[in-house]
Amino acid sequence: MTTTALRRYADLPALVGLMTGDEKHRAAAESTLDVLWVLYDRVLRVSPETADHPDRDRFLLSKGHGPAAYYAVLAAKGFLSVADLRSWTRFDSPLGHHPDRVLVPGAEIGSGSLGHGLGLAVGTALGLRAQGRTEPRVVVLVGDAELDEGSNHEAIAAAARLGLGAVTAVVVDNRSATHGWPGGIAARFEQEGWTAQTVWGRDHDALAAAFSVRGPRTPHAVIARVQPKE
Amino acid sequence: MTATATEAPRGTAARSASAARPAPAVTPQPMRDAFARAVTASMDADPRLTVVLADISTDRFAAAAARHPGRVVNVGIREQLQIGVAGGLALTGLRPVVHTFSSFLVERPFEQVKLDLGHQGAGAVLAGIGASYDYAGAGRTHMAPGDVALLDTLPGWTVHVPGHADEADRLVRAALPGDGRVYVRLSEYGNAAPRPVGSGLLPVRTGSPRASGVVVAVGPMLDRVLAATEGLDVTVAYTATPRPFDRAGLNRLVASVGGADVLTVEPYLAGTSAHEVAAALGDRRHRQRALGVSREAELRKYGSAEDHDRAHGLDVEGIARSARDFFLV
Repeated sequence: MTTTALRRYADLPALVGLMTGDEKHRAAAESTLDVLWVLYDRVLRVSPETADHPDRDRFLLSKGHGPAAYYAVLAAKGFLSVADLRSWTRFDSPLGHHPDRVLVPGAEIGSGSLGHGLGLAVGTALGLRAQGRTEPRVVVLVGDAELDEGSNHEAIAAAARLGLGAVTAVVVDNRSATHGWPGGIAARFEQEGWTAQTVWGRDHDALAAAFSVRGPRTPHAVIARVQPKE
Repeated sequence: MTATATEAPRGTAARSASAARPAPAVTPQPMRDAFARAVTASMDADPRLTVVLADISTDRFAAAAARHPGRVVNVGIREQLQIGVAGGLALTGLRPVVHTFSSFLVERPFEQVKLDLGHQGAGAVLAGIGASYDYAGAGRTHMAPGDVALLDTLPGWTVHVPGHADEADRLVRAALPGDGRVYVRLSEYGNAAPRPVGSGLLPVRTGSPRASGVVVAVGPMLDRVLAATEGLDVTVAYTATPRPFDRAGLNRLVASVGGADVLTVEPYLAGTSAHEVAAALGDRRHRQRALGVSREAELRKYGSAEDHDRAHGLDVEGIARSARDFFLV
């Protein structure tokens, strides 16, 4: 296995570098990097061996822009190979600038157009519940600017009223929403019946603690604040 | 009482006039009820079926919701979410059945249809009501003459346009067990009798070997096409499944008559199947004309579906005029 040597958090910049070049400082600056690492390393019960198991945890990358950190984490966890990373954005590569679930092993959804992941997450949680699968979690990552899309708010409003405790939304907040979120992002979720917690998005222990919250019928939002977008 | 007295003879005259005809050209067809019954009846045997509603027809699924809690989901008036939920359900292995007005099912959340279903590789049965102008009094907002043309921009969709409630029942039941992407265009108006469905273009009236050509009637257009082309030597073929279009069948039908002139009569945007006809007849010189809902201008009128049929030339008289004009050259 070409990936055995590159399985640690410290290897992620090198893995990102295989795609984007050698700018390792840029890799570390990927807004989603730490959230993705903590999820795959400490929270999600899913591995390449269980990637098709009906009771696996689901991770839905709604914010499909800038997926290098996602691919790097998938490679570190054995879903992708180094060769896959090296091929990125070539004609025959499974890896594009936006992920396609049909092409990327381990990717639960294809994304790129913003505002689709939360709705798919609500449907996934409803589908699991209808089949009596009460264990799996459905974690969906969105960006603070992505929340501009109205479709998110249809899903946010419905999730708590439908009692979808399996859903966790993580909002990576790098202050990139043009008109901002006066009053804060967490308040939007709380108003709609979610529990919400705001943490520093580079603090692994704080992220892991925030992700450990799961109510039986209450969806949970984790606002992961990172450095503002330059 | 004066009004009743003066109307009575008129009504009698209308009744005797229609009694003289072999069959009415348009027959009310409760396809929405047929759809709801077919899905409800199938839910016991098929644990994958999950109905996703957006506040429309919730009364018709109340019994199913009581019997199968968790498998009838009403998301409220949120059609983007409605399709997103369908995509998510399908990703967990369920078979979503999604229903509202066609305008809000296909047009409003079109990107969700494109991405949350097609791009995810997820399937669903979308069943829309309202058609092009079933609820003409509701106006443009509840009309969806562009639904089939829109779905035509996406690969892999099967489109059913039943012409009778029994056809709707059969087509819905056949679509439920699969995994594909299926759109069922339900209407309140159709033909007097059901026809066989699911086997491509069906010749209903066969022209002579010297016939001018073929008329393709889609779904609810059949009876009026038959009435409108009664005096013409043409083959009339029927389909309730315009996608995938039966190209080979049309090619065979055209080969069996004298002329290669094809008139399509569709209950949605005129010319929606023109590219299919062209592809079907790419090996021969041919002419085609397409009847359907006009693309020229937004018709800002209310009234009844019958009024709109007349305005778009989709009543018997309009179709007869176009058919004579096209075939008798």
